[in-house]
Amino acid sequence: MPDKDLEMLFNSGVLTGEREGAMLPPRDLWEGKKGGLVVVECPQRIPCNPCHTSCPTGAIMPFADINDTPRVDWTKCTGCTLCVSACPGLACLVIDLTFSEENALYKLPYEMLPLPVKGQKVQCLDREGAFLAEGTVENVTQPRKDRTHVVHVSAPKGLVAVFRSIRVVK
Amino acid sequence: MKKLSTEVLVIGGGAAGLSAAAEAASAGAKVLVVESDLRPGGQLIKQTHKFFGSKDEYAGTRGFKIADILLDEINSFKDSVSILQNTTVSGYYKEDDEFTAMRGEEEYFHIKAKKTIVATGAQERLIPFPNNDIPGVYGAGAVQTLMNVYGVLPGRRVLMVGAGNIGLIVSYQLMQAGVQVAAVVEAAPRVGGYWVHAAKIRRMGVPILLRHSIKRALGEKCITGAVITGLNERFEPVGPEQQINCDLICIAVGLSPTTELLSQAGCKMMYVPQLCGNVAQRDRGMRTSNPDFYTAGDAGGIEEASAAMVEGRIAGLSAAAALGYPTEHGKLDEYWGRLQSLRKGEAGARICQGIDCVLVKDWEGVAHA
Repeated sequence: MPDKDLEMLFNSGVLTGEREGAMLPPRDLWEGKKGGLVVVECPQRIPCNPCHTSCPTGAIMPFADINDTPRVDWTKCTGCTLCVSACPGLACLVIDLTFSEENALYKLPYEMLPLPVKGQKVQCLDREGAFLAEGTVENVTQPRKDRTHVVHVSAPKGLVAVFRSIRVVK
Repeated sequence: MKKLSTEVLVIGGGAAGLSAAAEAASAGAKVLVVESDLRPGGQLIKQTHKFFGSKDEYAGTRGFKIADILLDEINSFKDSVSILQNTTVSGYYKEDDEFTAMRGEEEYFHIKAKKTIVATGAQERLIPFPNNDIPGVYGAGAVQTLMNVYGVLPGRRVLMVGAGNIGLIVSYQLMQAGVQVAAVVEAAPRVGGYWVHAAKIRRMGVPILLRHSIKRALGEKCITGAVITGLNERFEPVGPEQQINCDLICIAVGLSPTTELLSQAGCKMMYVPQLCGNVAQRDRGMRTSNPDFYTAGDAGGIEEASAAMVEGRIAGLSAAAALGYPTEHGKLDEYWGRLQSLRKGEAGARICQGIDCVLVKDWEGVAHA
């Protein structure tokens, strides 16, 4: 895609590659980390810090300026998903690569109805809502009891860089 | 005719007004809040999403919960604050130094106040296009009121016009309510709202068409569709037109400050594009050129609710101090520190330019200049 089109795509809210505030965790650490690691996609300077203030381990580092984009110390992340449900922009997810040989466990924020249930098949979508694969709901939690749920979906490991949303088909 | 009197009159019971009332009352002032809607909370009560900002501005808390928190704070001073709902301040008469107000449509009265904080918020802008008078064309505020206050679905499939924070957030809320979002069109080459709000609806499959706008609405008795077009760098229509099937067109192209009462009070006004309209000049205490009038929130320039709440605090603090109530030393600087940090982001640069235009060091200096 030409640079100009990529820029327009990014300007419409689609991440087009890693950048500050939207980096993937280091692969070697990620592959062995039970519980998974957080992936933050928040590349714009905006006045917001609940990811840091909700983090119980200090993995999402303190903000010198509240407008800074988030920085993560992945060695401290336990994949607890508290930031996933706290982020007002729904810009955090957790991916656990230790789930099984073929599949990773994707823990995604979800604020739609109806809620999927354990065992249900859901559609895995990319950053533009395009269908990627079918996934299986392994768990649905509500970490902060504030109606932002976190849906745990098992789906192929090959989707780590692209699978960012689900569609629940009735 | 009945006449009410108060030390501090707060006009508007939204994010800025409720914060101003709480702050002035905490310093000991007697406060009357006048709210035109059936209940206080302003735009906060329609906001089902979690707010940005820091803990001081209730980040991570949904907007309607923030309204509850502010009302709880006000209720803790219930001997000194009263709130009149369903009441509109219809004018200020300088010669008598009195306001006229009406409750509902039958009851008229006067209000006399020592200090007045104008926290009247903003009005939606609309854009002209053929057929924009057909039922089914709504402002984003009306869509939110129908959906989030009254639980009424405004349509089944929507075209959203404008990708500022309001257009993006309301698109998301419409999807939560089960409405399909056909597309969001935005005349600028990038979304005007927070990138993360755009990402949220993009990954649910909503196209955001940059450099696009609505050309006309389709339908006879109600909306059956819309025609959209691409725009060039000078915002002129280019390229083929495209028809969108929808029964709802939602307009979210920005807001203008509501400032009539400030003008009536003779406050020095200034047109500031960065603040989205005609606003009152003010000092660091949010006091206008009329020493008894203060401005706070969107009435003083369009910005996020988090900033409106801090400005309300500042206006409430200064009004109480001007009445002689003791206020905590250093609090004004603390509030300004918060405002400055909220304004340091990408969107904040524009706001800061605007504030630089309207902020005066002290009114005495201006008067002698």
